[in-house]
Amino acid sequence: MYRQARYDEPLLCERHSSTQEDIKVDVPEKLRRENLNIPNLPEYEVVRHYTRLSQMNYGVDINIYPLGSCTMKYNPKLNEEIAKMFLYIHPYQDESTVQGALQIMYELQEMLKEITDMDDFTLQPAAGAHGEFTGMLIVRAYHQLHGELDKRRNVLVPDSAHGTNPASAAMAGFNVIEIPSNKEGMVDIEALEAATDETTAAFMITNPNTLGIFEEDIIEIAKIMHKNGALLYYDGANLNAIMGITSPGLMGFDIVHLNLHKTFSTPHGGGGPGSGPVGVRGELVDFLPVPIVRYNGEKYYLDYNIKHTIGKVRSFYGNFGVLVKAWAYIKRLGGEGLKNIAIRSVVNSNYLKERIKGYYDMPYKDLRKHEFVVKPKNARAMDVAKRLLDFGVHAPTVYFPLIVDEALMIEPTETETKENLDKFAEIMIRIAKEADENPEVLKNAPQNTSVKRVDDILANRKPILTWKMYKEMKEQWNIDY
Amino acid sequence: MVSMAIPFSMDDLNEMLRAMGLESWEELFKDIPKEARKEGINLKGMDEYELFRYSKKLADKNLDFFKMPNFLGAGVYFHFIPPVVMSLASRAEFYTSYTPYQAEMSQGMLQVLFEYQSLIAELTGMDVANSSMYDASTSLGEAVRMAHRINRKKEVLVPENIHWEKESVLKNYIIGLDMKIKKYPLDNKGMVDLDALSSLITSDTSAVYLENPNFFGIIDENAPLVRDVIGDSILIVGVNPISLGILKPPGDYGADIVIGEGQILGNPISFGGPLLGIFATRMKYVRKMPGRLIGMTKDADGRRAFVMTLQTREQHIRRGRATSNICSNEALCALMSTLYLAYLGSNGLRKLAKKNMENTNKLITMLKEHGFQAPHFNAPHFNEFLLDLPKNPHIVNKELIKRGVQGGYPINEGCFKGIGHAMLLCVTEMHTDEDMKKLIEALEEVI
Repeated sequence: MYRQARYDEPLLCERHSSTQEDIKVDVPEKLRRENLNIPNLPEYEVVRHYTRLSQMNYGVDINIYPLGSCTMKYNPKLNEEIAKMFLYIHPYQDESTVQGALQIMYELQEMLKEITDMDDFTLQPAAGAHGEFTGMLIVRAYHQLHGELDKRRNVLVPDSAHGTNPASAAMAGFNVIEIPSNKEGMVDIEALEAATDETTAAFMITNPNTLGIFEEDIIEIAKIMHKNGALLYYDGANLNAIMGITSPGLMGFDIVHLNLHKTFSTPHGGGGPGSGPVGVRGELVDFLPVPIVRYNGEKYYLDYNIKHTIGKVRSFYGNFGVLVKAWAYIKRLGGEGLKNIAIRSVVNSNYLKERIKGYYDMPYKDLRKHEFVVKPKNARAMDVAKRLLDFGVHAPTVYFPLIVDEALMIEPTETETKENLDKFAEIMIRIAKEADENPEVLKNAPQNTSVKRVDDILANRKPILTWKMYKEMKEQWNIDY
Repeated sequence: MVSMAIPFSMDDLNEMLRAMGLESWEELFKDIPKEARKEGINLKGMDEYELFRYSKKLADKNLDFFKMPNFLGAGVYFHFIPPVVMSLASRAEFYTSYTPYQAEMSQGMLQVLFEYQSLIAELTGMDVANSSMYDASTSLGEAVRMAHRINRKKEVLVPENIHWEKESVLKNYIIGLDMKIKKYPLDNKGMVDLDALSSLITSDTSAVYLENPNFFGIIDENAPLVRDVIGDSILIVGVNPISLGILKPPGDYGADIVIGEGQILGNPISFGGPLLGIFATRMKYVRKMPGRLIGMTKDADGRRAFVMTLQTREQHIRRGRATSNICSNEALCALMSTLYLAYLGSNGLRKLAKKNMENTNKLITMLKEHGFQAPHFNAPHFNEFLLDLPKNPHIVNKELIKRGVQGGYPINEGCFKGIGHAMLLCVTEMHTDEDMKKLIEALEEVI
């Protein structure tokens, strides 16, 4: 039976602190700081505090983490050891003193080109959504150069799209139009064709999509976009399913972002850092952010001379520490290894789907790739998710994609054995039965985690976002926790 | 291959295929159109030991901070990272977790991020901080977007010495809003020219961006007076969080939004990434704020618990109308900064800030003693200052490298009004007297 640690660990500021020393500094009087309220604790107390907190957390090193569209695969430890070799170099050092680092970036650019069949890459974007935003800035700059930005104001996204897609397009100043899915769970081609015209700047799509379904009409979709002078954008969140079997370039995409922290196994660390390189082809290579790493046969260098560059989307060259890990992963596996990942992730997903589909509803067509979406027959998705935690496994993504109500979006990834998948399936089946026979168990879940069901409505209604706010609001709001 | 981190037992795979009634895995890919089929990926794999050796070889080609004295800053800084930070941050429960979507199972990370928000709010003197942005530049971009959400105005004023990279990022972040960037001048001490700034404020001014210390490392004594000359424009202040150990927090002089680079709080420089964008604001603006927020609440038994909150601002709910598109952030870097601040405490941070200022002054004094023009501006400096040069700083740097020293960030002649050839030198607690001597000796030979 799973039992997560529970310490009732106080906040750092609630611990006994030694006094603030009087430290004299030579700072202009009007800018001198008088008071700083950070507790002073001995090293061992700091270590214990955060070690205890870590034990009240869950990572993929503990067990399965089947969050759909998040690709929570195991991250080989070798990557970490290699990344540690590059911690103390400054981005503005003379190029002759950072040839090793530049070579890694160059090789990664080249490898990503080979994997995706795009013509050039920038490694600068810090995350997937940041890559999308970069892509949309390129779309803008491209249409502007062609004198069409004034009329091409619309970016199309499927109704099954990740929330970041419409948000990124809107941030770059575009209007967002949603395209409905058809009965099979794919883009409705007729609706897409009807919505595409000279006002269309781009169409953003994930393939396989968020239902785990491969968009079979992708070649046709590319034709519709290109016929209308619009660009086709690939959200690479789900690349894991198709590496070595097809590629965004072969499908007809113009701009691609990848999520190195998903597909290429860099740890998420509680939400980031990620890395979202953007690949483009043809004329679009002239719009990439600066700099790009080049090799002149003798040395690696930073090329700031990009004809129509959009400039910069963040400081320096990207999340280099993440790039090193992804580079190591690809180097180690090679093309065959990467293709095996795609195969294994799709076999794992379909196997798990077959194991549980008799106990859950599964809207849309049957054949899935690396992930699939089900809904409970007789329970809320949230209750199933919370009950899963009691068994020491993480829950799938819930309530997404939006086109399936009560959605449970499951992505086991390639790094699960059949044995693990069988165990997870048994738990899912048991919960489906509990939903019929003893629904209270689900509603009261979880029981075995550090805390029981968390009141997120209260958190919204009485927002306490810092310890200072807690102290100030404690009496006013009658807070007893 | 000697070992594979991923399980590829083909027996296992075939067993699953059989259970599904499939002959081959190919059947699972039959929906991929023929014209889009790829003939595999043409990349060779490497054994684990082989790759380790290859990586080491590449790493050895780099001259890192410990192999060669390095006086670069300009946005990211070499500071000592106490072993406590890496040791705890690399615990697998933290390191291999995802965004804490399932709060009940993720209390550890949620409490850490709540503590991070609390520490940043305390340091900056603001009410609330989010749990991270990508870096200081994107924090600035998001801050100006937020100012626009608050007042719908079209212009942002930035200092004339803003780093070009930051300006470029800002331009991209506000291009979709049709906002304009205007620059305000500095006075002869390198501080905000209050009269000039005041005269640039119009009914179109959405926000004013102020850096303290600024790009030239100057502690700006006019900063506390800026609020009074910019009317009801949003005041965005960019900070160096270590300097806040000894400097007045921007919350005390009227900032509406505070941003900064959190890398310096316990994160390695790592060739410029990952970094940590600090973002703090006033409670009255919290619903206009970008990024994830962690809140305190209780569980079904009434015990204290933490959870992601005020999420209706975010892209996964609000989609095209979200305050930002940010999803993956820099939570691990925020964790490392939390560990760093918890380890130092207020006493440690204040001493560290003091030491950084003293070391900066030490190099300035040494340079003066050797007849150099430093600093360019007669003002208090933190970590960085401008050294005037008689010739092109790129050429000087090349010559310095030959002598085993990495000089400062080159400032091209004419780049900033009134400044000729120069370099921005950076000193932290990590720089020893020998490092400084070596720099000065090399400079004397080169110039």
